[in-house]
Amino acid sequence: MYRYDEFDHAFVKARVSEFRDQVERRLSGELTEDQFKPLRLMNGVYLQLHAYMLRIAIPYGTLSSRQMRMLAHIARTYDKGYGHFTTRQNLQFHWPALKDIPQILEDLATVEMHAIQTSGNCIRNVTADHFAGAAADEVADPRPYAEILRQWSSLHPEFSYLPRKFKIAVTGAERDRAAVQVHDIGLHLRKDASGRLGFTVYVGGGLGRTPMIGKKIRDFLPEEDLLSYTTAILRVYNLHGRRDNKYKARIKILVHETGTEELATQVEKEFEALKESELKLPAADIKAIDAYFAPPALPARPEGDAALKAATAANGGFADWLRRNLNTHKNPDYASVTISLKGIGEVPGDASADQMDAVADLAERYGFDEIRVSHEQNLILPHVARADLKAVFDRLVEIGLATSNAGLVTDIIACPGLDYCALANARSIPVAQEISIRFAQQARQEEVGDLKIKISGCINACGHHHVGHIGILGVEKKGAELYQVTLGGSGDENTSIGEIVGRGFGPDEIVDAVETIVETYLAHRQDKNEPFLAAYRRLGSAPFKEALYGREAKAA
Amino acid sequence: MKLLTASRLIDGEVVWLAADNHWAEDIAHAEIARDEEAVERLEHAGREAAARNEVVDVNLIDVEFVDGAIRPIRLRERIRAAGPSIHPDLGKQARRGVLAPV
Repeated sequence: MYRYDEFDHAFVKARVSEFRDQVERRLSGELTEDQFKPLRLMNGVYLQLHAYMLRIAIPYGTLSSRQMRMLAHIARTYDKGYGHFTTRQNLQFHWPALKDIPQILEDLATVEMHAIQTSGNCIRNVTADHFAGAAADEVADPRPYAEILRQWSSLHPEFSYLPRKFKIAVTGAERDRAAVQVHDIGLHLRKDASGRLGFTVYVGGGLGRTPMIGKKIRDFLPEEDLLSYTTAILRVYNLHGRRDNKYKARIKILVHETGTEELATQVEKEFEALKESELKLPAADIKAIDAYFAPPALPARPEGDAALKAATAANGGFADWLRRNLNTHKNPDYASVTISLKGIGEVPGDASADQMDAVADLAERYGFDEIRVSHEQNLILPHVARADLKAVFDRLVEIGLATSNAGLVTDIIACPGLDYCALANARSIPVAQEISIRFAQQARQEEVGDLKIKISGCINACGHHHVGHIGILGVEKKGAELYQVTLGGSGDENTSIGEIVGRGFGPDEIVDAVETIVETYLAHRQDKNEPFLAAYRRLGSAPFKEALYGREAKAA
Repeated sequence: MKLLTASRLIDGEVVWLAADNHWAEDIAHAEIARDEEAVERLEHAGREAAARNEVVDVNLIDVEFVDGAIRPIRLRERIRAAGPSIHPDLGKQARRGVLAPV
């Protein structure tokens, strides 16, 4: 993975000192809250319902064991013994005291981490496929490009005060696991006919109150043009993006109001002027960053298949886990392991300090010191020898992280919602927990098959509900929580925005509604090989409306 | 009936203005404003405390009495007064027998 150079170390250290001084001046009263708030936000510090919240950047979701142990240390020392992994591959602590945050940032800096640009109207943490560098179906590792974008966008003077926040995602396989089409800029790595690497470029995707699918403005952008083209997009946005209305300030609105063709013309014009500038990436520079992400030397471990055969025969739970929680690795002796942070009835994305330490140990012992955070709020060990899977599973069982539900109905994304978040209108986590308990039985989950439920506690859509196969949006109506359901959303290479199925459901109705939707799917699917999303796309919403609302739906 | 709530600057702790102008960590100790005059007094005290940098995000909230205990009308404020509904072991609810948030 990327290692800080001297410049990076000095830069982060200076930033920590600066923030320490700002906090001291705030606490002494020298700075007012109005003066301090933008400064704390630039360092990832929010004020939420119960306490401050610190959002720590995990660039493209990649962590070393040492970094994970530091997160565990911070959870134990300054917080309440746990952390929350987010849909942007970051980590949030929900209870830090303001007075402690400079020290937390100083501790983080010792392991090459920080909280810069995890808030504010700037370019946020660049996200990527969590199986990057390991997946068998990968064209190229997206992380070197994400790292180049990270370096370029960190404290970029021209793009530190954009009309609104700006999110970039990069994926490197045909199968898009980074939801690139719902980002401000989505980059899909491809090879052209001559074998050159480049990107299909999407712009203006996003969720929130106005969900939009990104528009393709380039079929193929050669890799050396990554920064010049991205700069061109940002320049057009910075100049023309709306600053008069916060709710219309994202680039998706600019793309929508300008028209894709006109916007693409403007971008191309800027790009022409920048194409041969210093932003053009020399092959040597790309190679230098690539080297940081060189795959670990994976020794041959051909004994894996025999070991797995014996172990699965002896342990049904292990067989379930193998079936659900592995992703095919480039090297047939290895696999990528999904460590589910979605234990039945647990809080999606939460991990205790002890669990973080244990995952760090596993990564060190069996996983070449690499951990990933997925935008689906799970952890990944990207490179594990198949021969070691049983040992990893056994340890995960001990620490309560061996749930065999990756991609199943209980593998639910949920934002923190009204249990923590100052913006939320309704709770998300209890809904996720109740659905998880309802569908706890392994056989039933597997009978249902691949099904993504995503829950947000407000219109800002941190829980990605618009792209859930079943999406749930919590709102407040007449002082009570109400849950609106969308169906048919998807955040992959065939992105779609879910359609609202009908009137919302109360907290005591929503789990039954989800179960009704699932049962309707089971009753109508062609066979077991037709997953929920495919069935919905074939059937449309009618049978689901009928099942949910009965006569009411017919009358409408 | 209204209370004045805020977050303590130094650590973000949820607090309510109490009768003696100090900020209580327990909603049970909050001063209740039952008329316009009392509301104005709370608001004035809140502005002064914010200016003294004791608290931030000062807000008036509506409350009612349920079984002899103060209960905020909005769920958001009930959760602030108790702690996350998903973690009865955390927040104020862990320290004493406060009302469940829902």
